[in-house]
Amino acid sequence: MPQQQRAYEVMFIVRPDLPEEETDRVISTVESNATTAGITVKNVERMGKRRLAYKVRKFQDGLYVLLTVEGPGSALAELERRLRVTEPVIKYISVRIDEEQKRLAKVKKIRDSKVRQRPQTAETAAGSEPAPATA
Amino acid sequence: MADEEKKEVTTTSEAPAPTPASPAAPSAPASPGPRPYGRGPGGPRGGRPGGPGGRPGGRGEGGPRKFFRRKKVCKFCVEKIDSINYKDVRLLGQFVAERGKIVPRRLTGVCTPHQRRLTAAIKQARNIALLPFAARY
Repeated sequence: MPQQQRAYEVMFIVRPDLPEEETDRVISTVESNATTAGITVKNVERMGKRRLAYKVRKFQDGLYVLLTVEGPGSALAELERRLRVTEPVIKYISVRIDEEQKRLAKVKKIRDSKVRQRPQTAETAAGSEPAPATA
Repeated sequence: MADEEKKEVTTTSEAPAPTPASPAAPSAPASPGPRPYGRGPGGPRGGRPGGPGGRPGGRGEGGPRKFFRRKKVCKFCVEKIDSINYKDVRLLGQFVAERGKIVPRRLTGVCTPHQRRLTAAIKQARNIALLPFAARY
């Protein structure tokens, strides 16, 4: 029985004093770690170098990377364990987002259906097409 | 209950508790609940049923001047901001004081569920070094 796929966001900080190919290598290592652990990486976003709010391991800035992934909880625990071990990664945080996404979708649906009821003619163009009509 | 009501009325007298040296005797503004100014009807703490309900709060002690702020509204409810993410530092930074502390909701006027989510987001942001734990040397 396959485990429930959950959506997560993993943000981690890579130390800033590495040359660019090193950081690329680090990021792809993290990605392959994720894949071996059984996680599908949906999106990788480099958020660029930022000043940290406090010193982390004697660094004052860092390179932020955001991964949007999907996988079971045990796989994420494995990925976190590997991130902890990876030396260039100085901080990470993983946030579960599937419940949040469900809630947002629900709110959006309610709001869309409300909007459609009131101005019947005006909002037809602005109303979202893929949303189903049933409330 | 009776103690608290009496505490509200008399400013200086001790609580009419039988024990003479009870530590809760002085009714000075050491009461743990915050003075419900601004959010008068919204925050009766410590079981004071509708005490400062109609009046501008800060009863008795004559609290801070602006105890009747014009009804502050929750920024998230008004602007219909759905998701409070730890990533948008600019939004979170509005609810964080200079030293990095989270501002209480009686000052910002945020409603309770949003304040809870905001707090969680701020704590997440602090963990990933987007916001400081304590700023200003």
